[in-house]
Amino acid sequence: MIYDITLRITYSYDSMADADHQILRMIPADLPGEQRVILSNLSIEPQPCERLGRQDFFGNGCVDIAFSDPVSETVFVMKSRVERQEPNNFLDESPDLAGLADELDSFQSVAGLSPHNFRFNSPRIERDTEIGDWARGLIKEGQSVLAIADAVCMAIHSEMTFDPEATTVDTPVLKSFKGRRGVCQDYTHIAISALRDLGIPAGYVSGFLRTIPPEGQPRLEGADAMHAWVMAWCGSSMGWVEFDPTNAMRAGLDHVVIARGRDYFDVAPVKGALRTAGSQTTTQAVDMIAG
Amino acid sequence: MNTRPDPACISDYGDLLGTYKTVPGISDELMDSSGAVRPVWQSFLRELAQLPEEALELSLSRGNQYLRDAGVFFRHYGPGDDTEREWPLSHVPLLIDEDEWAEIAAGLVERADLLEQVMADVYGPNRLVAEGRLPPSLLAANPEWLRPMAGVPPRGGHYLHFIAFDIGRGPDGQWWVLGDRTQAPSGAGFALETRMAISRSFPGMMTRSNVERLAGFFRTFRDTLLNMRPDDSSRVAILSPGPMNDTYFEHAYIARYLGFMLVQGQDMAVRDGELMVRTVAGLRPVSVLWRRLDSIWSDPLELEEMSRLGTPGLLSALRAGSFTMINALGSGVLEMRALMAFMPGIAEHFNGRPLQLPNIATWWCGGARARDYVKANAERMTIDDALSTRLPFDHGDQVVIGGRTTDGGLVAPEWIDAKAEKLAAQEIVSLSTAPALVNGRLEPRPMSLRVFLARTPDGWQVMPGGFARIGHSGSSTDISMQRGGSVCDVWVVAKEPVKNETLLEQPDKPFHRSTLGVLPSRAADNLFWLGRYVERAEEKMRLLRAYHLRLAETDLADLPLSAFLATHLEGLGLSPAEPLPAGLISDISAALASAGQIRDRFSTDGWNALADLLQTVQSMAPRLKPGDDTARAMGVLLRKISGFTGLVHENMYRFIGWRFLTIGRAIERTWATSGFLAGFTHPDAPEGALDLAIEAGDSIMTHRRRYAVSTSRNTVIDLLLLDAMNPRSVLYQLQAIKEHLGFLPVADDHGAAVPPLLRNVMTLETELAVSSPEEVTPERLNGIAAETAQFSALLSRSYLG
Repeated sequence: MIYDITLRITYSYDSMADADHQILRMIPADLPGEQRVILSNLSIEPQPCERLGRQDFFGNGCVDIAFSDPVSETVFVMKSRVERQEPNNFLDESPDLAGLADELDSFQSVAGLSPHNFRFNSPRIERDTEIGDWARGLIKEGQSVLAIADAVCMAIHSEMTFDPEATTVDTPVLKSFKGRRGVCQDYTHIAISALRDLGIPAGYVSGFLRTIPPEGQPRLEGADAMHAWVMAWCGSSMGWVEFDPTNAMRAGLDHVVIARGRDYFDVAPVKGALRTAGSQTTTQAVDMIAG
Repeated sequence: MNTRPDPACISDYGDLLGTYKTVPGISDELMDSSGAVRPVWQSFLRELAQLPEEALELSLSRGNQYLRDAGVFFRHYGPGDDTEREWPLSHVPLLIDEDEWAEIAAGLVERADLLEQVMADVYGPNRLVAEGRLPPSLLAANPEWLRPMAGVPPRGGHYLHFIAFDIGRGPDGQWWVLGDRTQAPSGAGFALETRMAISRSFPGMMTRSNVERLAGFFRTFRDTLLNMRPDDSSRVAILSPGPMNDTYFEHAYIARYLGFMLVQGQDMAVRDGELMVRTVAGLRPVSVLWRRLDSIWSDPLELEEMSRLGTPGLLSALRAGSFTMINALGSGVLEMRALMAFMPGIAEHFNGRPLQLPNIATWWCGGARARDYVKANAERMTIDDALSTRLPFDHGDQVVIGGRTTDGGLVAPEWIDAKAEKLAAQEIVSLSTAPALVNGRLEPRPMSLRVFLARTPDGWQVMPGGFARIGHSGSSTDISMQRGGSVCDVWVVAKEPVKNETLLEQPDKPFHRSTLGVLPSRAADNLFWLGRYVERAEEKMRLLRAYHLRLAETDLADLPLSAFLATHLEGLGLSPAEPLPAGLISDISAALASAGQIRDRFSTDGWNALADLLQTVQSMAPRLKPGDDTARAMGVLLRKISGFTGLVHENMYRFIGWRFLTIGRAIERTWATSGFLAGFTHPDAPEGALDLAIEAGDSIMTHRRRYAVSTSRNTVIDLLLLDAMNPRSVLYQLQAIKEHLGFLPVADDHGAAVPPLLRNVMTLETELAVSSPEEVTPERLNGIAAETAQFSALLSRSYLG
């Protein structure tokens, strides 16, 4: 499946803000066997005085920029054409939890996507027993890791109410869990917290999701937002499998990956957004058209 | 009969050792197991024992006095108690024989090299993990293993440059490493100050004891850092978290001692991958940064987001290889307790032999075999957080000591199994005891030693000394300073007399002169405000004295002149009802706070004078009575504050910083003087207001001498506004500001040919120089006051942004 994706993020400030340094992660990833970036372009207004592309620890592409002068508005526009392939992970070869622990014991690496990097507390997710206990109530003895991850994501989907007003980008995971309300970021953080507490390495995937308009209605351009889902490590044989708890599905042909990390901290599209005395408004618009 | 005295025999030392009893099963630094005094101590102790009681008292107080005068303190954290404490000096040094020291030093150098290899591996190829020599979770779970630093080679090739080790001696006499301090170890400056204090206490004994000097260690490290710069145009800076940090005093002290710039994160910026410091002359490169800040706070962009202590983009400058960080970011990962479980194996792997100086026996409970061993032997271990960076005797909340939990119960094996990889166990070692002086006698107290190592072009050098922590009771958990322990000097005793050297006396070496014009903007800002606050406080004191003198004379607060003055005081934020108004105390506090931000640039005497002023004001405040009492008190305060300004203006080197301080004072004075002139010379002002102006302008004598006539509006305006010879006049101060501005560097990021402040000062100066008193209308005086009120903002725009 080929997509043409446009992402537009705007920050507006009441008063001129010192922009300084920012890190951008908004270009789809080139992932052999999963997705291929045919072309991509990122334009920034005003023109930053420094711009440097590089890879981060997890292998995500990112762009370091800096502005020399204070700004009142910054606009990022990312355009990309991406080919997405159907993931091939529907045959369950995953071990049970005990088996997974043994596999982890013999997994001797801490490189970017090594599961060890996804087992412990991360900047936005502190281990929490309340979420862990809830997740333990969902699983059965001897169940496979893949089945557990499916069950956790399904349960999150059925217990949570999608509510953009309930949370912000900084809402702690336990708060959105207690309120059972939030958006894809909250769903994903809850899933990560639950899976880690069960002993399953879990991480955060940022990206885009193609949305199909309700029957009979036209697709609205730019109506979509960026999306987030969870990845769970299902043993050495299956590796990482991605689940979308917001939509109660595995990530598949409709999902396009930008970046992977331990939680939102590692993959935020714009890091170092300006601090200013006045208020700021952010708008985000995504347009994803199947080519 | 005539027996030769036996120097090993304790009865030889009079009362000093009369009650010295070692603890069975614990080794002692002073006595061997047979109860004999060890040779290295004998001559020192004999001299100490011969000191009469009064002489000993005097010696001890000389050391204490030194620390007080030098302003050595540390910040103590406690519930509702966050105060500066005196440095807890234990006066008896710890003596170590040079041969034994050489063995310790060799073992620590070996360990430092090993840690460098571990660091290079965990931020590089990660072979230790791949080969099973280090469990991956110890890195993955460790907040000090900084993922953004993986694969970033340090400029110059080395990660570690300045580290410390805590070591202790076990019952068998063997030294053990208790903790690796690789993050940003503190204490080297305190060690130096402790040495200075003890050398005041026991000057002759120190020389006669052949004690190795410390200065060479610091000199070599200073030169090493200076030589890491690509050229003389860039600089070495010390990065501090600021005055709220518990060891800020030491940061300022080291910066002053070594001649390096002291900066905070907000003083720096990253431009095109280069680390720059904001100075009064614009951005200037920093090529070596010695951080006293924990890694995670150093860059809010990629590390701890909430940090206000860091510099956004700092990591990108490291990736660009534009500066050397002492030590590399992420070096704190080596401090975790659990690493000690793997160091013996890592030593065998890298060196092909065991550690020369072992670390305290440690088991990581993530491995099944080690865990079973710990469960079976818990009674002789402490079990605590695997990632803890604290010393073995500094426990976490859930510590298990000798198999018992904090509530006294036996630890459940299931708890150990459940926590597993989160736990590390360490053998309980009874630390050796060293003598502390208690009521004129020595008593044995548990001791651990901190030793500092610095990398030089010739490899690691070990500071010949350091400091020892001495427990305040017999229990080794009381060693930490935060728990009331104290600190003593460490003497490495040579067999031959040692050469005397200090950092300062090196006539045969080319000396390093700091470049002028590199004053960080924040320091300039603080000096400027220090100058303003002190002048402001002085002005207020003078007005308060005038007010209370009049109260004392008439005893009536509602006379027109008193009421007029009271209104003026209220305009300055002073409540006339309070003899010592809060508005005055807050100015002095603000002056001290500004000075506290720049202690590296400020003489200790100046600091003490200011601190003394604040203390006096605070102690006076509750008991002063209006009238004569307060007028006299203001006289005392005025004398004290001029003591401070005298120190500053007589003794402070005319660096750029002094210019900012002086400009602050001059701007404050022009503003205040033109302000009270506008009020006191106004036609509506009550009778006596003109004399008040002369008094407030501290020009009574001058006026009497200059003008044969009585006070008139013209004589007052002539003397306090237009007289170019009177330092109290506005014109004089404008000329002073102009002169000082001429010494400031041209700020390079602002286009104007003449800085706006200079232009405005010169315009006003020209006007006043050609005016006669009668030409200056009351309206014009208000205008002058309004113009001078803008000076401060103009200065900030050009130099302090």
